[in-house]
Amino acid sequence: MSELVLLKNIDNPDASRIETYEKSGGYQGLRTVLRDYDPDQVIETVKSSNLRGRGGAGFPTGLKWSFVPKDNPLPRYLCCNADEGEPGTFKDRILMERDPHQLIEGMVIAAYAIGCKTAYLYIRGEYSVSIEHCQQAIDEAHALGYLGQNILNSGHSLDIHIHKGAGAYICGEETALLESIEGKRGQPKLKPPFPAVAGLYECPTVVNNVETLACLPHLFRRGEDWFSSIGPKDAPGPKLFGLSGHVRKPGLYELPMGMSLGEMLEVYGGGALNGAFKAAIPGGVSAPMFPSDLFDVKMDFGSLAAAGSMLGSAAVIGLDDTASIPVVARRITEFFNHESCGKCTPCREGLTWAAKILRRIEAGQGQVGDVEQLAMLCGGIFGKSFCALGDGAAWALGATIKHFRHEFDALIAPQTMVS
Amino acid sequence: MSDARSLTDIKRDLATGVRQMRARYPTSRSAIMPALELAQQKYGQVEGLTYQAVSELLDVPEIWVFEVASFYSLFDRSQTGRHHLRLCTNLSCMLRGSDALMQHLQNRLAIKSGETTSDGAFTLTDVECLGACEMAPVLMVDARYHGDLTTDKLDVLLASLAGQPTKEAT
Ligand SMILES: Cc1cc2nc3c(=O)[nH]c(=O)nc-3n(C[C@H](O)[C@H](O)[C@H](O)COP(=O)(O)O)c2cc1C
Ligand code: SF4
Ligand code: FES
Repeated sequence: MSELVLLKNIDNPDASRIETYEKSGGYQGLRTVLRDYDPDQVIETVKSSNLRGRGGAGFPTGLKWSFVPKDNPLPRYLCCNADEGEPGTFKDRILMERDPHQLIEGMVIAAYAIGCKTAYLYIRGEYSVSIEHCQQAIDEAHALGYLGQNILNSGHSLDIHIHKGAGAYICGEETALLESIEGKRGQPKLKPPFPAVAGLYECPTVVNNVETLACLPHLFRRGEDWFSSIGPKDAPGPKLFGLSGHVRKPGLYELPMGMSLGEMLEVYGGGALNGAFKAAIPGGVSAPMFPSDLFDVKMDFGSLAAAGSMLGSAAVIGLDDTASIPVVARRITEFFNHESCGKCTPCREGLTWAAKILRRIEAGQGQVGDVEQLAMLCGGIFGKSFCALGDGAAWALGATIKHFRHEFDALIAPQTMVS
Repeated sequence: MSDARSLTDIKRDLATGVRQMRARYPTSRSAIMPALELAQQKYGQVEGLTYQAVSELLDVPEIWVFEVASFYSLFDRSQTGRHHLRLCTNLSCMLRGSDALMQHLQNRLAIKSGETTSDGAFTLTDVECLGACEMAPVLMVDARYHGDLTTDKLDVLLASLAGQPTKEAT
């Protein structure tokens, strides 16, 4: 197995303390940045490193930062997205609970690059241990001069405030997250303008995921060549994969991107819980599933997109022979329906309708034409929703029908089932 | 519980905390969520007088406060039991038996999801992914996670909770 970077200290019970972190090279990346780089050089380095966002969309991080206008007199904000709510995903929680200084150091580096003096760390309210450990890390960093006024005598200053979420998946969507920090209901806003131009309080704002920011200290401490040597050339770097569901060894794994889905499930996940795998979801429930005959697909941004799915939050959920795909589809659709913010009609009404049909099919009361109706609904939601929640819901449901139509048909008309 | 508390009491209880929260943001509206969270920590729920207190302390319209309180599911707008049990029933937990655990909890407590036991000890809610799928199935008891659950482990947990008087602090 290759060297662990993000999870290097994860089993050390003292990993969350700043002394432990400093001993393993912590805050060296920040020292290097403040000594040797001006903000634009930081952005250029992140750009050329090809680091892509770990929050779901995989947007190139340096490019996102470069959209922050240089001549705008307004304050700039950095918001870390730790709302982690995509079912199957738990990587950010483990990073924040066990080794939170990677994130704090990453936030200081990012804030320096974009000229931000106040940053918000938006953590979902259920994560009380993450909240406690991140607050402790912030306090420790303040005490040693890595946060606050004139950090390490660089002239750069930064305060980080934790903003607790309160139970709404949609607040993980970046514009909804900013609305939530502004003290409003978490409903997505129209883009453009993009947050980089007019985000929090209408000021230029960068939103990045926990894992994305946690990569930065390592990139700057060990250099671009080292960073590029991990995983695929076009989108390299350390990467976390969360394995759950019907796998024998669920857990958080740091693995190079580009490994096949099958290898990940069999070698690291320990194989199927019962019998063999029937299917797997590669990147959280918004990512369309693959049946087991497509398990050769490579787990990286480009390969998954080309295969009609996405790396998303890299939450891999195994489904073995005992899983009923229509039941899985019903549960996923109920989730999206429950978390729909209600702002736009295709998502709000379409998902309510789809969930109703799926419950009926599961109860053995499906009607001929129900599957066509579901497919029609997916078409009416996908590409016509205001934000990616609706798109993801339709995309994921569509894949269950595409690959496992026979399971739906069998529930609707058991007498016509062919063995 | 809320009967005896006056608006003045609530404002006095929350004033210092709300002022500290307010200082973190450029606008008072941003402090609504943290203020409601403080109120809920203190009183176990948020309701009419809390909205008014928060609105007056932050000098924002009361409807802004209510909008937030009614949008986010972690704000309890009615009285909950001394312990709040939130069972994750999302996909990874479902694949590892959360439906059976929900059935077991409902039988043991003689309530349905969304209800509170008549002695006021437990509220049971089914919730979406808690972000701890590596230890599915997962139950959140007040502010703490309990993973890798079985019906036997649940019984032990319920017994130990029945002896504890109050909610664990966050
Ligand atoms: C419905 C929805 C939920 C999302 N949830 C999260 C989340 O929990 N965490 C996250 O980092 N990004 C989430 N995202 C993606 C964010 O909108 C945004 O792309 C991301 O935080 C940017 O960070 P990155 O560039 O570092 O990946 C979500 C997007 C949508 C549409
Ligand atoms: S797609 Fe759904 S979640 Fe997104 S804005 Fe529309 S209703 Fe809200
Ligand atoms: S699905 Fe239950 S914790 Fe994620």
